[in-house]
Amino acid sequence: MKSQANKLAFNDGWHYAPAPESTDHIRIDEKYDLFIGGEFVAPEEGRYFETINPATEDTLSSVALATETDIDRAVKAARKAYNGPWSKMKASERGKYIFRIARMLQERAREFATIETLDGGKPIRESRDIDIPLAAAHFFYYAGWADKLAYAFPGRNVRAVGVAAQIIPWNFPLLMASWKIAPALACGNTVVLKPAETTPLTAMKLAELIQDAGLPPGVVNIVTGAGETGATMVNHPDVDKIAFTGSTSVGRIIQKSLAGTNKKYTLELGGKAANLIFEDAAIDQAVEGIVNGIFYNQGHVCCAGSRLLVQESVADEVIEKLRERMETLIVGDPMDKNTDIGAINSAEQLETIQSYLKIGQDEGAEMYQSSCDVPRRGYWCRPTIFTGVSQSNRIVQEEIFGPVLAIQTFRTLEEGLTKANNTPYGLSGGVWTDKGAKIFKVTQGIRAGVIWANTFNKFDPTSPFGGYKESGVGREGGLHGLGAYVKMAT
Amino acid sequence: MSMAEATARVPVEKTYKMYIGGKFPRTESGRYFPLEDQKGAVIANICRGSRKDFRNAVVAARSAFAGWSAATAYLRGQILYRIAEMLEGRHDQFTAELVLQGVGKRKAKKEVDASVDRLIYYAGWSDKYQQVFSSVNPVNSSHFNFSVLEPTGVVSMLAPDDSGLLGLISNVAPAMVGGNTCVVLASESMPLCAISFAEVLHAADVPAGVVNILTGFHEELTTQFASHMDVNAIIYCDGDVDVAKSVQIEAAENMKRVISRVDTKWAEESAQSPYFVQDTQETKTTWHPIGG
Amino acid sequence: MSVTGLPSASGLPDLRQVTPVDEVGVNERVARFQTRSIKKESKIEALKMILSMIDLTTLEGQDTPGKVRQLCQKAIHLHDSMPGLPHVAAVCVYPTMVGVARKALGDCDINVASVATAFPSGMSSRKIKLEETRTAVAEGADEIDMVISRGAFLQGDYGFVFDEIAAVKEACGDAHLKVILETGELGTLDLVRRASVLAMHAGADFIKTSTGKIQPAATMPVTFVMLKAIKSFYFETGRMIGMKPAGGISGAKLAVHYLVMLRETLGNAWMTPEWFRFGASSLANDVLMQLQKQATGVYQSADYFSKD
Repeated sequence: MKSQANKLAFNDGWHYAPAPESTDHIRIDEKYDLFIGGEFVAPEEGRYFETINPATEDTLSSVALATETDIDRAVKAARKAYNGPWSKMKASERGKYIFRIARMLQERAREFATIETLDGGKPIRESRDIDIPLAAAHFFYYAGWADKLAYAFPGRNVRAVGVAAQIIPWNFPLLMASWKIAPALACGNTVVLKPAETTPLTAMKLAELIQDAGLPPGVVNIVTGAGETGATMVNHPDVDKIAFTGSTSVGRIIQKSLAGTNKKYTLELGGKAANLIFEDAAIDQAVEGIVNGIFYNQGHVCCAGSRLLVQESVADEVIEKLRERMETLIVGDPMDKNTDIGAINSAEQLETIQSYLKIGQDEGAEMYQSSCDVPRRGYWCRPTIFTGVSQSNRIVQEEIFGPVLAIQTFRTLEEGLTKANNTPYGLSGGVWTDKGAKIFKVTQGIRAGVIWANTFNKFDPTSPFGGYKESGVGREGGLHGLGAYVKMAT
Repeated sequence: MSMAEATARVPVEKTYKMYIGGKFPRTESGRYFPLEDQKGAVIANICRGSRKDFRNAVVAARSAFAGWSAATAYLRGQILYRIAEMLEGRHDQFTAELVLQGVGKRKAKKEVDASVDRLIYYAGWSDKYQQVFSSVNPVNSSHFNFSVLEPTGVVSMLAPDDSGLLGLISNVAPAMVGGNTCVVLASESMPLCAISFAEVLHAADVPAGVVNILTGFHEELTTQFASHMDVNAIIYCDGDVDVAKSVQIEAAENMKRVISRVDTKWAEESAQSPYFVQDTQETKTTWHPIGG
Repeated sequence: MSVTGLPSASGLPDLRQVTPVDEVGVNERVARFQTRSIKKESKIEALKMILSMIDLTTLEGQDTPGKVRQLCQKAIHLHDSMPGLPHVAAVCVYPTMVGVARKALGDCDINVASVATAFPSGMSSRKIKLEETRTAVAEGADEIDMVISRGAFLQGDYGFVFDEIAAVKEACGDAHLKVILETGELGTLDLVRRASVLAMHAGADFIKTSTGKIQPAATMPVTFVMLKAIKSFYFETGRMIGMKPAGGISGAKLAVHYLVMLRETLGNAWMTPEWFRFGASSLANDVLMQLQKQATGVYQSADYFSKD
């Protein structure tokens, strides 16, 4: 490539001094009990597990391990609240409680952002500018729906489903909690929510907030534990609705275990999204979109643009610009306000990512990583791209859930679309071109639930989100997200 | 032989075949089952469809999907209306077939009436359901964001047993008007109208593969309908908890959408609504920047 | 209107082939630069760098030799009570003031920059523009800040604009040529990028956003698009081109964000007065106040910094 002679230097010279977010304004307790029936109660079996800071491997706190008895207690509390105050309350009053949660989250945004970053490893900039504001916005959006549901389902009367069991992942802990809780409450349900075992702290802070907000006891119950706790929730006979976000393999187990029951379910599962760059795209912004697509939140994003499909005529230029942009990404301490890429969420996930790096290389793909230093302690992965890959490579087919991009080329629009759709997943996709008609052709042609044209990884409470094919069932967000939490009658 | 017998014309009886990819093949298995009237007389030998027939039908449905899902809503509406016209024209035949299968004459006539009307109902929805269920989403950034419905894909259907024509049409029409292609297993006890309806579809210029109709044993084929990895959704209308359970377990292998229409009263108005169309639709949300 | 935009023997590229720019994407990227938190020693370093990159400017109809002499004094003595400060890069004046400035600056190595070519509108004949350029250089200008003919550019007469820049470049002799695109009159970022490409190919040493007489003047999105154009030009030709945002940058914090943008777009090679300038009249004092605050820990008042 002719450009290689004229490399830019980003390493020496003026640099950014550390700008750490302080922790003197937050409180993390040594231990968190289960939030059931409006109170914090110890787990029946008295067991707790630790949650660590993945950037330092230091223990932050211990949280309760909920077992069958605890789940039963939580479901009973939710049922009682459902039969009691919550389903009898005027919808407009219900909405006011949800508005109140939104406002309190806004007030305490900095505290939540700080804890989110400590517990999960994502950069403080993202927690502060994206996760927490969006979580508050979700509550604010759905609060307003509470007394307007009749307008969302023309020709139908709707009512609440009942008790919802909600299981959320570790990549957007508070945001996913808000995606689950806000619409459920707006539609008049009560919930039992379980955060992921590696990121329980903001959910427990949310429990405190909900207690402060004065919600009737049992409307929201928050229990902690790992997969087994989740399975117990799914299989509890008095749960009416399951909402799960996580891997496709667990989603499949859930769908099977719900067979023969009348439980409603929504599943937000994995993805392997294609991001298509055409030669007539605004290339500089497309490169930025690629970066945002795969390196945002360390690539721990189910809708990440993990497959780059670039038109051959601009492939060299795009890849060169991408490599150079990768050099300017700041990897390291998530608490530093200038960090772009934080810590991998857990040792387990890091192992998964590293196994794929090996698989990619073993398959003959060429790996390139940015030259940045990473801290010695904690879990880290440099931004990584693979070139020289094809559809048959495992790193093209399987979800890695890390900052790892597989790059392929295409020649024609049809070839690009065929490759984009050649996957069992269908969560998201991206297209970059300056030509309007082509945008619509490609956005219609990609079989996926969310398509970003000339942008990527954007989220909004009003915007429905969810997958085609093995990426899930149902939608969350927007008007369409209400459907998951109501029963319809004529 | 009497004179009368000597001059009487021998009626030509119809061979009931299946409908796959716009053609009317017999089952590749060569198997059949006899359909008997209430007195035990054989009405017809019905194809006992096999898993391979089903596989062929899914291939046909998949290859028809790109074209049918891209057809304009107006065209889909026109074709559904045309189906209704063709059915109306063969009203007496369908009534007779229902009677032959044990439905009372008045009831049979009503069922055919309702079937035509149901097709008209969904023909009318073709270019409207999108307007009812789509949205423009006012996101908090400089983006134009909208959500539209797109067909789920290939839909397998286990048609209701007790409503040979109306039950079938009530499931096929909302799926196909929404741009899906389907593979239907006809009512086992009342399969005649399903095959005659295939002839109606054929005459109404429905593109090959958009609707495929098999006959056969539900017990044998339900597993195939639920488990096929290239089927995107399954609709079932009958069966006990165990059947429902096995359908759901097998469907989970590729995260099929599972739609239960058990206990639907096919003759009533409640058996038709745009929500039946929505059942086999996916919501696609598109973001685009607003800039100069 | 002449046929334009086609490759010509003179080296004018086909501007219709210039990479499109997505405005929303640019704004998002710029917003990211503005979330950078620059603290402590990196802030002090940045503030000093900003001072050294300033083209201290007075371009008023009411300018007098007295005013220009005061400005030169400030350029040399930014704030003598604070040791270790750099001086600004240049003073920027009208052609009639070049001699005054040259004399006032004496033998210190602060450049004299002069606007030329019928600044700010550029509405004059080429003959007069070239004459004005030669005069300014003869009076002692080290740098010429010319304006492009926006009317011709918007009309699509790229050949005219290209030739004009090339002619002015020739008239500059050894003086550096900064080409002002007046982005506030171009309307879209796509045209900003096209004008940047045109100016660089025509011989600009620097490209500059604005005259300061039109709103909006310099903005981060516009500057970002120009930096990207400089980068592509560097990749294609190996030639470094300088960048000068001008007008509207009066706060130190904003100027630091421009440096962040510069660093993350073009890297360290551009982070000197040789390749980056701020065209500003009031920025220096705000930077000085921030430096004083860093030194003392106490927030400052404008009353303690000379306004020249």
